[in-house]
Amino acid sequence: MSETPLVEMTGIDKAFSGNQVLTKVAFNVKKGEVHALMGENGAGKSTLVKILTGIHPRDKGQIKINGEEVSFTNPKQAEAKGIVVIHQELNIIPHLTVTQNMFLGKEITYGKTGILNHKKMKAETVKNLHALGVSNIDPDDLAGDLSVGKQQMIEIARALATNAELIIMDEPTAALTDREIESLFKVVNALRTEGVSFVYISHRMEEIFELCDRITVLRDGQFIGTEKIVETSLEEIVKMMVGRELGERFPSRDHNIGETIFEVTNLSSKEGLFRNISFGVRKGEVLGVAGLMGAGRTEVMETIFGYRKKESGTVTLNGKLLNTKQPSNLIKAGIGFITEDRKTKGLVLGSTIRENIALTNLSTVSTNGVISKSKEKSLVNELIKQLKVRTTGSEQEVKSLSGGNQQKVVIAKWLGIEPKVLILDEPTRGVDIGAKKEIYSIINELTKNGVAVIMISSELPEVLGVSDRIMVLHEGKITAFLDRDEANQENIMMAATGGSKA
Amino acid sequence: MKRFITNNISIIGPFIGLILFSIILGVLSDSFFTVDNILNLLRQISINALIAFGMTFVILTAGIDLSVGSILALGSALTAGLLTSGMDPLLAVFIGLIIGLVLGAVNGLVITKGKVAPFIATLATMTIYRGATLVFTDGRPITGLSDSFTFEMIGKGYVFGIPFPVLLMLVIFGILFFVLRKTVFGRQVYAIGGNEEAAILSGIKADRVKIWVYSLTGMLSVLAGIILTSRLNSAQPTAGTSFELDAIAAVVIGGTSLAGGKGRIVGTLIGALIIGVIDNGLNLLNVSSFYQQIVKGGIILLAVLLDRRQSK
Repeated sequence: MSETPLVEMTGIDKAFSGNQVLTKVAFNVKKGEVHALMGENGAGKSTLVKILTGIHPRDKGQIKINGEEVSFTNPKQAEAKGIVVIHQELNIIPHLTVTQNMFLGKEITYGKTGILNHKKMKAETVKNLHALGVSNIDPDDLAGDLSVGKQQMIEIARALATNAELIIMDEPTAALTDREIESLFKVVNALRTEGVSFVYISHRMEEIFELCDRITVLRDGQFIGTEKIVETSLEEIVKMMVGRELGERFPSRDHNIGETIFEVTNLSSKEGLFRNISFGVRKGEVLGVAGLMGAGRTEVMETIFGYRKKESGTVTLNGKLLNTKQPSNLIKAGIGFITEDRKTKGLVLGSTIRENIALTNLSTVSTNGVISKSKEKSLVNELIKQLKVRTTGSEQEVKSLSGGNQQKVVIAKWLGIEPKVLILDEPTRGVDIGAKKEIYSIINELTKNGVAVIMISSELPEVLGVSDRIMVLHEGKITAFLDRDEANQENIMMAATGGSKA
Repeated sequence: MKRFITNNISIIGPFIGLILFSIILGVLSDSFFTVDNILNLLRQISINALIAFGMTFVILTAGIDLSVGSILALGSALTAGLLTSGMDPLLAVFIGLIIGLVLGAVNGLVITKGKVAPFIATLATMTIYRGATLVFTDGRPITGLSDSFTFEMIGKGYVFGIPFPVLLMLVIFGILFFVLRKTVFGRQVYAIGGNEEAAILSGIKADRVKIWVYSLTGMLSVLAGIILTSRLNSAQPTAGTSFELDAIAAVVIGGTSLAGGKGRIVGTLIGALIIGVIDNGLNLLNVSSFYQQIVKGGIILLAVLLDRRQSK
């Protein structure tokens, strides 16, 4: 490589409280290239970007910009060197106008008076947008009234106004329509010829092949490789992303799968998040649900559970139609739902273990609306023992427990209802290896007793290691059903990125 | 002992405060620690305490109810109207309480089904209910209510030497203490205030619980209003103005978190007592009511500041 790369990161190490998230990662971006950064959720992509822009300090390694070593301590410094990040959640204030957003924090004033020069800012805004070939945005429009695609253009224009040389885009197309994606690509291509570089983070394979020059793949915080797009293939990249050995992480299972007891038919979301979802789960079976972030997995389950509104479709248990108007109906029918985010949706953090476990079991531990202290205590203590929650006692506040133990409390509160169907959404996220294995054992125990289990997971090895059957979602649609013996990381990833014919 | 302290940490501060204020006033004024004065004080606080009990439930769900004073006025005026029309006093009181329940339920419905923030919803109904009271009373007090012994008993009567409103307050305190502590409903109130999403996903019908909580508060406000009406033997169109502030103050001084999910009704009783002791004591000491407001505000501030340090 003769020319100096715009950005060169070498030997980057990073650990968060003892947890190694990046190990010896190398990453470089040339002037005027679009460089894809890929990897599964949690592979370390966003940490790498945060280190580059100075949000997190690095533990080890070197960062050079135009051959000059740098060490940013905040994003402002990175911006001064021409590095700008456009996040998936756009940094646009909806009730301000396009112009006001454009000059947020760097308003043009008459000298030092502090009086805003509206005229000049408006003219600059029009000029900047025109430079992108955008002429259909009125600078006086409220930004919140514009489509996400147009808002994104404002962000790009804002970045260019600060003379950005490198624009990092995190999942830029997640909320865009096909047409908006097309115009985004046009702008990116035009800027590339002018020498602006991009880091493009996306889960969508087809976009990367269409747009990018090179690709760097991370896996579990390790640098796997950098390839030229023209010299690689979809299959190779998928292999780079997921190629890891399945160890003895999953306890072996022996159980009998019975008949289908739980069935979802043609379920569609009222908010348009997914359409025509149909699947069944059998007694004693684990149905794994795979898909990328934003594929609609959680939303499907929340709708089944009555937490979100459905447009149409039915949910039946043992042939009986369930009323999915509110969660209490489904709980009464014997369906449990371990939510993805235990802190915001699973636990009352300021309450005790006892109160949290009792929450789903109030009718069991009470008579005529009055809670029986002894019944409550015995149920809670039994579940604490069964799940081996490490605690000083049932009166401990759940917020003082470790992640793994908090998760066990969430599981405990649902085992109390003796569910016939249990939905687990990312049951092992943020949980250490030991507790993970215990959670897998609990799942095995449940299926042995004939519970039908639905498990959403973004960790492919977990999906493969635990499930009997795997359902894959992509953008709100089912793209594949795979049996345990035919499923592998490649064909799941293929279906999850929409690259599959399955 | 240690367990007792950790379990009751939120109310120990207010309790010590109450004792301290009482001792200081006892030293400064000879007439403070007399049976008559204590009973008088308890009777004075009963109205605020009843409203504050309801407010405790509301605040535990992370809500607020600004309309309690207006509900008190409207409920009292309607009850007084029924009495002047010659209705049986017990029946009139019963209907009055139901009216309070309904007015509260309207708050609850607007907040849950209309998804309006409790502060805004009850700010609006506060104004509406007050306006309705003025329309109904034509802006004039309703007098000549009833010479029925039963109705006079509610505000002025004594049972075994204890004022009837005080007994009423204690009985209702006992019931609500039990409800919060021992019942499924109480547990649901705490869970909603602690984390509403988690509560809903655990099968709690949060909307229904909240509607009941506001209904309860409405009913207690009218009960307080009926005590006031009985004592004055008239219903005032401006009755209950700014009562919501005293009620919220009692709840906050009592250690209940405005963020919801944490607090005790015992604390609210203590909070109402503290406010009562200060009002009563400063009166005995002939301190101008202008200064009383400054002292009361200072104590609310102090209570909240102490509470913040404690929870850190």
